[in-house]
Amino acid sequence: MRHVDEYRDAQAIASVVRRIRDTATRRWALMEVCGGQTHSILKFGMDQLLPDTVELIHGPGCPVCVTPLELVDRAIAIASRPDVSFCSFGDMLRVPGSGDDLLKVKARGGDVRIVYSPLDALRVARQHPERKVVFFAVGFETTAPANAMAVHRARAEGLSNFSVLVAHVLVPPALEALLGCEDARIDGLLAPGHVCTVTGYRDYEAVAARHRIPIVVTGFEPLDLLHGILAAVTQLERGEALVENQYARVVVRDGNAAARAMVEDVFVVSDRTWRGLGAIPRSGLALAPRYARFDAEQVFDVAKVAVREPEECRAGLVLQGRLRPTDCPAFGTRCNPEHPLGATMVSTEGACAAYFHYRRAPLAAAESPLTGAG
Amino acid sequence: MCLAVPGKVVEIEGEGELRMGRVDFSGVTRQACLAYVPEVRIGDYVLVHVGFALSRIDEQAAIETLRALAEIDALEEAAADDRAASGGS
Amino acid sequence: MSRTLDSMLVCPAPLANLDIVELAHGGGGLKTAALVERLFAPAFRNPHLEPLGDGAIVTVGRERLAFTTDSFVVKPAFFPGGDIGSLAVHGTVNDLAMCGAEPLFLSAGYLLEEGFPMRDLERVVASMAAACAASGVLLVTGDTKVVDRGKGDGLYVNTSGIGRVRDGVHVGPGRAAPGDVVIVSGPVGDHGIAVMAAREGIDFETALVSDSAPVIGPVRALLDAVPASHVLRDPTRGGLATALCEIALASKVGIWLEERDVPVREEVRAACELLGFDPLYVACEGRFLAIVPGASREAALAAIRSQPGGEGARSIGTVRAEDAGRVVLRTQIGSHRLLERLSGEQLPRIC
Repeated sequence: MRHVDEYRDAQAIASVVRRIRDTATRRWALMEVCGGQTHSILKFGMDQLLPDTVELIHGPGCPVCVTPLELVDRAIAIASRPDVSFCSFGDMLRVPGSGDDLLKVKARGGDVRIVYSPLDALRVARQHPERKVVFFAVGFETTAPANAMAVHRARAEGLSNFSVLVAHVLVPPALEALLGCEDARIDGLLAPGHVCTVTGYRDYEAVAARHRIPIVVTGFEPLDLLHGILAAVTQLERGEALVENQYARVVVRDGNAAARAMVEDVFVVSDRTWRGLGAIPRSGLALAPRYARFDAEQVFDVAKVAVREPEECRAGLVLQGRLRPTDCPAFGTRCNPEHPLGATMVSTEGACAAYFHYRRAPLAAAESPLTGAG
Repeated sequence: MCLAVPGKVVEIEGEGELRMGRVDFSGVTRQACLAYVPEVRIGDYVLVHVGFALSRIDEQAAIETLRALAEIDALEEAAADDRAASGGS
Repeated sequence: MSRTLDSMLVCPAPLANLDIVELAHGGGGLKTAALVERLFAPAFRNPHLEPLGDGAIVTVGRERLAFTTDSFVVKPAFFPGGDIGSLAVHGTVNDLAMCGAEPLFLSAGYLLEEGFPMRDLERVVASMAAACAASGVLLVTGDTKVVDRGKGDGLYVNTSGIGRVRDGVHVGPGRAAPGDVVIVSGPVGDHGIAVMAAREGIDFETALVSDSAPVIGPVRALLDAVPASHVLRDPTRGGLATALCEIALASKVGIWLEERDVPVREEVRAACELLGFDPLYVACEGRFLAIVPGASREAALAAIRSQPGGEGARSIGTVRAEDAGRVVLRTQIGSHRLLERLSGEQLPRIC
């Protein structure tokens, strides 16, 4: 595949890894913000190839994981109504609410549909005027333009049976919250490349300056991530704290103006609670007042449900990068993808699930990886 | 987060918000909304996320990124050769 | 950290925290296995059932017979490359082939929903007849039931089959041995992606067709050349990775796969990238895995490749004594990761 395979070349990867090893003179801790980056790192086993001097901390970059428990419960309540066709990205279907999940609602007869695009949900609404169609609008800034377009088109076409349950979260405020913690030990950041495709990276310049840490915008293929890690380590060795763009083939500093304009038309910035992290001011999106009639939380009167997070779940600490999934006492035993205690184990993006599926194999018969890095 | 895949635009129709394209991903094609990439033409590569093209792929920037990576590769190969030639690592 | 990983590597059997059947129970992954282990196996326990292979091998008089059954619920009923009928015939014929048997006789049960178009039923039946003729099996008995409109999903088909196990052939999921090699008969994931492409809400266009086909030709050639083959398995639900996980557990061996050797068509890879799927877990039809003694690798490959449907056969891995019960993938960039069974089916993701 063009623009993909070139960034998976084994020899080039080995060279970049060697360069990283030669550049780092002491330990550095880098946080990769985006779940897609975590996924890629673990799927390709990049953490095995990196020298011990570079530690990767997995950040809260999984919008599925951080969707507040209340919203998941509300989604389940809405989807359980017989007059509703509930459309969602596949990611959300297995996320546990207080006692249930959307897949179980489907098992009990609820009309829950997986869609690839919010435009598919819009099509369902057009084709089925007799159903109330609700779309679960989750995601970071990457997905907001798509979700915004769906609502914007619904209004333009005068659809009366379409609404969205909004659960959007924004990255920079969450980064500020994490970096502002007293015991934050993050030396550098790998910023999410696809979020920045939409937003650009101007907002990250203030973060880099305020906290004096290098921030590198990276893509998701192994070479992109390693190239970004090399750039971050190089800056750290030089004492620099700049924003660099590794993903230049897709990301520009100002992002995508047309996409941002639509987001600004349809959404307003709002306070948002992040599951596992708590309330972060102005870190989410809500529908703008002129689109209020498309807000599923207003269309459906779903009673407040008392939310109940299993006490044992330490997803919050994992999301903050302060606990490695494998150090959680419940990891792999009481908490596993079959029987997840928290969202980070459910989402394939979640750090715990990624570790479970892709964890390195401590093997009797292990051949040394490419570079012999331990 | 943000699974997005590069593909080649092979058909375009409509305008403005309704601008849609057919994008080819190595033999698999799918409709994508091109409203956010008005500058894209047939033959361009775009990055697609949930049925929307979010960016045109800048071929020149891609070439430069790969060139930078190739340089690292060449230097590391040379360094490895040097180490081997001098009889130790 | 590796010590912690070691102690946590075996996932406990999933708790049944629900009192209803879920879709995942049919997915072929961990939940399906758990249901079989928890409910079906204990209820019917007997030595023929124990191996839990694709089919059972029973001895009647001096004959070893293979006996298998399979139900087909595929949606949509007609997809690029096949339909529920041809799938039903090929699926059962192939399960018999996986037992090392010559397929002989089939039964077919039809569960129809009132209102199902007669034209569609005629198409399915014609397709099944053609598939039987192509596979050399006779359909010798059948049954038809119709349920009220709204109580079914168009058409479900069950096929059962009987075959005669070849003399000198002893294959089964528990027979892989250290030193064996793992061979796949062709590219993986075609069927799962072809079916997914036709599903509403996902729809993408592709020239990909399901690889549903009888594998009896290549299997016959393989067993002619290497009668001492150890394992035959068709990677249907759950894909290549799931099938190998089950074999590694049943045989108590470690299986190592080379990612760069696993054949995947470019379009399947692209579709998997789009949906966030791993091709190693996507269902195949018309494909099989063969695990044979290492010394027979070239003979096995040549035999399979000599037959239509086997041209793309590749050697993709090895069997070892160490790391018993595990399947390890060596990635194309030289690192390793464990492959495990999934809890349910893969769901398209945006994250």
